[in-house]
Formats: sequence, structure tokens, C-alpha cells
Amino acid sequence: MDKLIFGRYLPGDSIIYRLDPRGKFLITFYFIGIVFLANNVASYALLLAFVLFSVYLSKINIGFFIKGLRPMLFLIVFTVLLQMFFTPSTDPLWKFGVLQLSTDGMVIAGYILLRFVVIIFISTLLTLTTTPIEISDSIESILKPLRYVKFPVTQVALSLSIALRFVPLLIDETVKIMDAQRARGVDFGEGGLLKRIKSFVPILIPLFVSSFSIAYDLAIAMESRGYKDGEGRTKYRQLHWKKIDNYTVLVIALLTVCLLLVRSY
Amino acid sequence: MEIKLNNVSHSYESQNPDAGLGLDGVSLTIKDKSFTALIGKTGSGKSTLVKHINALLKPTSGTIKIGDREIDSKTNNKNLKPLRQKIGMVFQFPESQLFEETVEKDIMFGPMNFGATEEEARESAKDALKLVGIEESYLQQSPFDLSGGQMRRVAIAGVLASNPETIILDEPTAGLDPVGRIEIMDLFKKLNKQGKTIILVTHNMDDVADYAEYTYVMQNSKLVGQGTPKEIFNNKELVDSGIVSLPQSANFAKKLAEKKYVFDQLPITIDELSNMIKEQLENNG
Repeated sequence: MDKLIFGRYLPGDSIIYRLDPRGKFLITFYFIGIVFLANNVASYALLLAFVLFSVYLSKINIGFFIKGLRPMLFLIVFTVLLQMFFTPSTDPLWKFGVLQLSTDGMVIAGYILLRFVVIIFISTLLTLTTTPIEISDSIESILKPLRYVKFPVTQVALSLSIALRFVPLLIDETVKIMDAQRARGVDFGEGGLLKRIKSFVPILIPLFVSSFSIAYDLAIAMESRGYKDGEGRTKYRQLHWKKIDNYTVLVIALLTVCLLLVRSY
Repeated sequence: MEIKLNNVSHSYESQNPDAGLGLDGVSLTIKDKSFTALIGKTGSGKSTLVKHINALLKPTSGTIKIGDREIDSKTNNKNLKPLRQKIGMVFQFPESQLFEETVEKDIMFGPMNFGATEEEARESAKDALKLVGIEESYLQQSPFDLSGGQMRRVAIAGVLASNPETIILDEPTAGLDPVGRIEIMDLFKKLNKQGKTIILVTHNMDDVADYAEYTYVMQNSKLVGQGTPKEIFNNKELVDSGIVSLPQSANFAKKLAEKKYVFDQLPITIDELSNMIKEQLENNG
């Protein structure tokens, strides 16, 4: 459970940390979008280079990013194998029923793998270098125009930041409860499927109970400090768009142009 | 069942590349049927240490000998049940592990996991509940309808029901009122007298002074001191460096010593303190 790097913030300081979270947030999504433009070796190399350079700039040990892949490993392997054996080809190297292995298939599988790596690395970079609170602040800021259509932006942002805040809390709680039940003789991951599913009941119920009590306590704490509604509140944490953020946008625009140039049509 | 840690280190590095050591070369022996306390600041490695004793964590290096069973970094995750049945563990705020519909079912959960029949489990649930001082009429109630203190007792009963030989207690009295604290601690003392080994992890120095026979002191993942509570609380080095704080009686005696009272050794329990004061008053007056 504590192996989950994806979605965790790692305290640190580097140029990536100091970027405006709104910019980082939007650029990350934009980048995930343009990943799908890549369709040959050169374009994928470009994407990989960009990601690795950003990782380098963040001054975070690459080990964290590789660990971030772990929870997705099953999905990645599954997709890659699927591509490898089911890509139709005119001259397969190996054939067995519907399964076939071809150079094309392997190349496509390689691309898919790279696509996964690049997307996971960049989103891990966002979450490692941006506190959850910054992320929810930037979402609030990005959604602001929706206020004019009566969308409850501040409430949504608040729920979001609370939800994000709860993730590490719930992970810690889960680890604790699992240990407690293990000490009472539960063997997780042993026995048949039904038994395995059943062994999660002693975790889920305590988890629900404690989440409700935490939520209840939080609501009371907020009310007792006079929280009413987000409308018209000023912000303690101000977001500042700086020069460096303009440059980042420039870099990403340049990347898009280069991608469009090197990709094959 | 003697528990022996031999040069045990545990590194959290496999989970977080930046994390340091959770335990650093700890060697200690917990004697059979003893009441041993483990003290130290938050984050000193106490909880990490006790998790090794029932193999919830495994050492990165070194070995742990529990009775005739040995655990090291290569120990398989299978077949740990017999060990965990012998070593009960009451976690901090154990009430958060309750999940069943009724108190009885929740207490039966442990014994059933360890292979008891339903009849046996029901019987031990009844006994365990009695042991923690809750009436039988509560057996069919939902554990979530109980008060905080009762939930704590039911959760402890859930651990005792498996009839462990050794009981590890991680801050069992945190958040309890003074009366509840004494009741719970007296229960563990009683179990200790009945032949169970008790390992107490705590911040509460009064619990250590009042109940423990032997104490280990942890600091920065290392073992930095050991001895009877009396020796520990009279160890100037440990106390002055702030690694160990004093029980209330010793603190009181220290203040008295600033006046005209003289203490060769600091008293650690209220009884000792009152006896020493009485003696000095009689001699002087």
C-alpha cells in the first residue's frame, strides 16, 4: 500500500516545483493529449527526451518515477501483450490460431509501452512536485469562468481538496487496519477468489467507519471555525503567473511544432 | 517463550527511496513471562520493533528468535499463523479494527482464523469479554453502539480470545480516562501473573514505573538503554538528555529535593514516594 507513489507529493525544491501549478496542471494534460500525435521513432524519442529532461530538472530521483509504474504494471503488460500478439500482419514471424507475432506488432507494442511510460512519468511528475492543495487551487482557478453558469466552483474545489487530503490518510489507515487484522490471523492473498474477497471485509468496514468519523469531525471543526460558503472569500494562497511560466508554455508549444514536423503522415 | 533479537535492522528504503532506517542494529532479549516496557520518542522505532516480533515486518538484516522459531529477511510469508496465534498484538486505538455485526462475532474472528471450531471460539469470546470486564449481555450488541472505552475493551478481548502466550501492547491507554487506564493496566498485570509475557510500548512513564519489570529505551532507531524502571529513571544521562522523561512521582521528588528533602534514588511510584517522605518526616520531626 505504501508503495503507491502515483498521487503522492514529495517535498522538494527545484524549477519544476516553483512553476505555477495552473500551468503545470494544464501543460500536463496538454502533453498527454499530444502524446497521441507521436507515431514514429523520432517523435517518440522527442517525447521521451522531453519527459526525461523535465524529470532531470525536477531534481527528483528517477527511482520514484519507476516505482510509479508499478501499480499500472498489470495494465501495461496486458496491453503490450495484446498489441504484440493481435496486431494483424501479412507476414507474421510466428502464427498460432488467432495469435501472431510480427515486426509491426512488436513495434506498435513498443510504442504503446513508451506511451504508457511517458504519460505515467509526466503525471507522476505533476503530483510529486505539486501539493494536492495547489492542484485543487488551480482547478478552482481554471474552473472560475463556470461561475457565470451557476456552477458551484468553490464548493467543488473544496470537496476536491478535502478528497485529495484524505487519500494519504486513508492509505495509512488501511495499512494500520490490515496489520491489525493480520495479527488476528487473516491471510490476505491466500485461498480461492471468494476467500480473498471475503478477507477484505474486515478492512473495508473499519475503513468506512473511520472515514465517516473523520468526515464528521472535519465538518464540525470547519463549522466551529466559521466556514459557511466559498463565495466572496479571499485567498490565503495566491497563485502567481511568472515569466518562467511563459517560457514553459513556449517550450511546450515548440515541442508541439517539432512533433508535427517529425511525425509521419 | 523467550524472544531474542539479534542485531536486527530494518530499512524502509524498499518503499520510499529517501527513507532511512527504521531499526538500526537492535539486539535485545525479552524474557519469558516478563513484563517488559519499550519506551522512546515518537518515531524512535518502537512500533517498528514490535511489528517484527509477530512478523508483520521482516528484518532487512539480523534475526529474531521467538521460542524455537527464527525469522530473518528470507522468512516466507506463509505459515506465520502459528506464530501470530502465540503473539497477540493490541495496536494503538485498537477499536478501529472492529468490523463484525455483534461483539461476539468480532471477538470470535481471531480464534476462528487460527483454526478454532465455532463452539470453541464462542466459548473463548465469552471468557475474553469477562476478562476485560464487560458483561455477557453485550455479546449480541453491535460493537459500533458501544462507548469508546467499551470498544477498546472489546477490541482487546478480540486479541485475548486467541489465547496468545505473549501480548504486545502499543499505547494501550492512549485516550483513556485515569480510571480506565488503571483498570486496563491492572488487567494486563493480572494476565502477566497468570504466566503471559507482556510487552508494553508506551509514552506514559507512570505505566512503566507502576507495571514494568524491565525497560528498553529506543532513540533514533537504536537501543540506547536498558534496565529496571528504577535504573532507567535514575540514569542521569538518559534523563538529562531528554530521551527519557520522568514519572510524576519522580518529578515531584525532584522538586522536593530542591527544598530540604534528600533522595538517594528517585522514587518512581506514588507508594515509594509517600514512604520516602514519611521516613524523612519521622526522622526530622
